[in-house]
Amino acid sequence: MKNNIDTNTNSSENDFSVKVGLAEMLKGGAIMDVTNAEQAKIAEDAGACAVMALERIPADIRRDGGVARASDPDMIQQIKDTVSIPVMAKCRIGHFAEAQILQALEIDFIDESEVLTPADEANHIYKHDFKVPFVCGATNLGEALRRIGEGAAMMRTKGEAGSGNIVEAVRHMRALQDEMARLTTLGREQLMSVAKQLGAPYDLVCYVAEHGKLPVPNFSAGGIATPADAALVRQLGAEAVFVGSGIFKSDDPAARAAAIVKATTHYDDPAVLLEVSRGLQPGMKGLEMSEIPEEERLAVRGW
Amino acid sequence: MNNTVGVLALQGAYQKHVESLSRLGVKARLIRQPAELSGCSGLIIPGGESTTISLLIQEYGFYEPIKAFAENCPVLGVCAGMIMMANEVDDARIVPLALMPFKALRNYYGRQVHSFNGEIILSFDSEPIKAPFIRAPGIEELSSDIEILATHNNEAVMIASGKHIALSFHPELIDDTRIHEYWLNRMY
Repeated sequence: MKNNIDTNTNSSENDFSVKVGLAEMLKGGAIMDVTNAEQAKIAEDAGACAVMALERIPADIRRDGGVARASDPDMIQQIKDTVSIPVMAKCRIGHFAEAQILQALEIDFIDESEVLTPADEANHIYKHDFKVPFVCGATNLGEALRRIGEGAAMMRTKGEAGSGNIVEAVRHMRALQDEMARLTTLGREQLMSVAKQLGAPYDLVCYVAEHGKLPVPNFSAGGIATPADAALVRQLGAEAVFVGSGIFKSDDPAARAAAIVKATTHYDDPAVLLEVSRGLQPGMKGLEMSEIPEEERLAVRGW
Repeated sequence: MNNTVGVLALQGAYQKHVESLSRLGVKARLIRQPAELSGCSGLIIPGGESTTISLLIQEYGFYEPIKAFAENCPVLGVCAGMIMMANEVDDARIVPLALMPFKALRNYYGRQVHSFNGEIILSFDSEPIKAPFIRAPGIEELSSDIEILATHNNEAVMIASGKHIALSFHPELIDDTRIHEYWLNRMY
């Protein structure tokens, strides 16, 4: 292996295209939450395009309570040593020291995630400072553009992690798509006012108004539990999917993981979707949104 | 050029190749089932994750159809697509299509923190081109039949054999269509 590139150089515009480049390579794929090397192997063998290494999947974080932090580096290292696909890991919102550690560990993508307990109640990480690309969650366009302004190279819906319920991911994807579509209909003179309303950088508002899409890949996460869920968010505009608790909280992780990979590829082919949906064991039980008290909802974290 | 170029759309950066072809005025078709290869005059196997693409090639019965297609029509393989075109891969997780006589080395250029934009000289053009290397694979030449079209630090990063071209870096991520154009012109 060649390591001729200095990993300590700070980010430049040049590096940003390299970060988005990796996000482009993950399109059309399924990224799976795994908590150990054995699960990582199952995910890779099923066709996952990347894994997210974390100590507890969101459903368990929700159950256990307490402060959820970045994962143990040794656990992440074991996963890195086991699979050949990109390995992602989460840090707390605003916790740039956790991110520095993950970068030193040479993971491939950092998720500055609302699933962990936020470390800063006003600020997110300035992600342009890092050589590792970041993904962040958003519930609407303003939030997505703020994160991209800080240097996120990929966006995902927040959904409601660990719920096994797709309704919030759908709400967030629809909100994002609706707002982007609306911007394309506006005159240039209206865009500064929109930037003010959204609390979003003006240049990024102009980009969306011109192109009708985000300047970085747009994925979906939070509540995907079945092949049909993956196909639904793909048809709504998600370019790839993150599957958290849905796989390893089900009764048949390997089969379900493989089925979700295929449903992500063939998202608009009902014959394939039917075939891959057959013969699966029961999925995770899941939570109705009314069962999750407002103060326990993860999607409201982030500013 | 009125012909349709197929872009294998199992996973990865396939849409970016459609955009590059569109800039050249070439029609593209996303290929998700083997029957869709019929009527295409060339095939692009895009970058993405090679384990995922290899697995889906097997699952959806693409292996023999792509090999048969490649006997008559040109294939362009990029990054993970390049790995799929090799005779040999340094990783048993991949079952390559063996369309070109070389050995592919996965993640040769390291993990994402080592990804970079290089600048390289193409054998067929005097102007250098920007070359994004994303967790890029390496090339070990196994045959003197391989034609080297570009190098980086004296190592092959873009090669040709017959009608086919394979490269380590991503021509679809830049606003420069010279590589796609060269491959299309070589076809005819």
